[in-house]
Amino acid sequence: MLNVDELKATGLSVQYYLVCHRKLWLSTHQIQFEQDSDRVLEGKVLHEQTYNKHGNKEVLIDNLIKIDLFGDYVGEVKSSSRMQQSDRMQLLYYLYVLKQAGINKVGKLHYPKEKKVEEVHLTDAAVKEVEKVLIGIQVVKDKSTPPPLIKLPYCSKCAYYSFCWVGEVD
Amino acid sequence: MKDIFIFNNGRLKRTDSTIQFIDADGKKKTIPIVQVENIHLFGEIDMNTSFLNLLTQQGVVLHTYNYYGYYSGSFIPRSKQVSGYIDVRQASHILDPQKRIFIARQFIYGAVHHMLKNIRQHKDGSEVYINTIESVRVNIENAKTIPELMGMEGNIRKIYFQSFNHMIKNEFFHFVKREKRPPKDPINALISFGNSIMYTTVLSELYKTQLNPTMSFLHEPSVKRYSLSLDLAEIFKPLIIDGLIVSLINNRVMKSNHFEYIESEICLLNDEGRKIFLKAYEEKLSKTIKHRTLKRQTSYRFLIRLECYKLIKHIIGDTTYKPLKAWW
Repeated sequence: MLNVDELKATGLSVQYYLVCHRKLWLSTHQIQFEQDSDRVLEGKVLHEQTYNKHGNKEVLIDNLIKIDLFGDYVGEVKSSSRMQQSDRMQLLYYLYVLKQAGINKVGKLHYPKEKKVEEVHLTDAAVKEVEKVLIGIQVVKDKSTPPPLIKLPYCSKCAYYSFCWVGEVD
Repeated sequence: MKDIFIFNNGRLKRTDSTIQFIDADGKKKTIPIVQVENIHLFGEIDMNTSFLNLLTQQGVVLHTYNYYGYYSGSFIPRSKQVSGYIDVRQASHILDPQKRIFIARQFIYGAVHHMLKNIRQHKDGSEVYINTIESVRVNIENAKTIPELMGMEGNIRKIYFQSFNHMIKNEFFHFVKREKRPPKDPINALISFGNSIMYTTVLSELYKTQLNPTMSFLHEPSVKRYSLSLDLAEIFKPLIIDGLIVSLINNRVMKSNHFEYIESEICLLNDEGRKIFLKAYEEKLSKTIKHRTLKRQTSYRFLIRLECYKLIKHIIGDTTYKPLKAWW
């Protein structure tokens, strides 16, 4: 039985768990292709160029999670709101980690390109959601082979696209 | 992204965050490093550590060649792609003889497919070579050991090289047999030169993946060379290099005056010849075909990376490895 208090995950793992279990498995087995991806570069530049007036940018907590903006609230900057579900869960997880350290904060998702901000609150129900995700992540990580291919609408935009879909036709 | 080949003597220098080549007469040429993937040095070049650090930062690989154009070594940026997990999986497929020979066999199937493809393009009188190669190919499945497999591959390659004189229209380029050390005639010189360039290209692609380039399946994992690069090059040499050689000769681009002889024994491409070959090689690598499963335009260079991906998928127990067999 997995004990949720002992489970640690990175914010990225939480994202991947909601986006694609296969991607989560590959990245946690050190099979990573993100660095050549233009989209990743775009995200980095966006982080550097936005919210420069804000007090603390990129705060690393517990060597595990990297918080984009840390002040009156916890902020996460994203380039598009297409993945809002996984963005929300990632932020809830940050709030959850902070709460365990005795810090209660509200979260905000920033989509600067869309001029959109979403508030996120860590309710009791949300805590349960986060814990379910943490256990789920561990289950995926512990599989001996990668989860099977599933065609998702965002596959073609993923850094793993060539890796996943390359094959030979007999 | 492209490769840069430097034939002149001179100095390579870092200027801020890009590079400059200064030739023997002091003429300066700036090279935008962000577009460079590999630098190949054929001339005598001076450089310093600040230049090398820039290459590491930008992930550019440096390959050096001696006076005769033989590959001598590479300066490879500290690998950013490491995975202990992949190392362990890769080793497990070498330590188990069954698993090892399975992968080795696939490399040879890919290579033979491309050899036959080359022979088939030249209709007249090629049936005899095709039939002989196919009669050896059926035994590949029964090879019990790596040396046995290597022997079969050697036999096939011998027949394949015999067919070269059929493919090549210009008699000046006909040859007796494949001789590597040293090459004694123009065709051997071209094959040797092409193969060493192919090896460096495969190595650069391997380095962008988590595979360990020293752990090979077909060649013995040796300490001296990145032998996985030799393994994968088997598939691509007939696909990329050999076709290039034949077409350069048959289209009269490559001529007798592009070669030089040392002590009338060793035959080498001269600078002019190397430039012609490398220009055609670069063009070939950037040529694209529509990939059947990716449904995307894919360059020949990227096909090498895809081969690495398929190998990773095989060793982690995802999908069984099948070699590239050009379908176009």
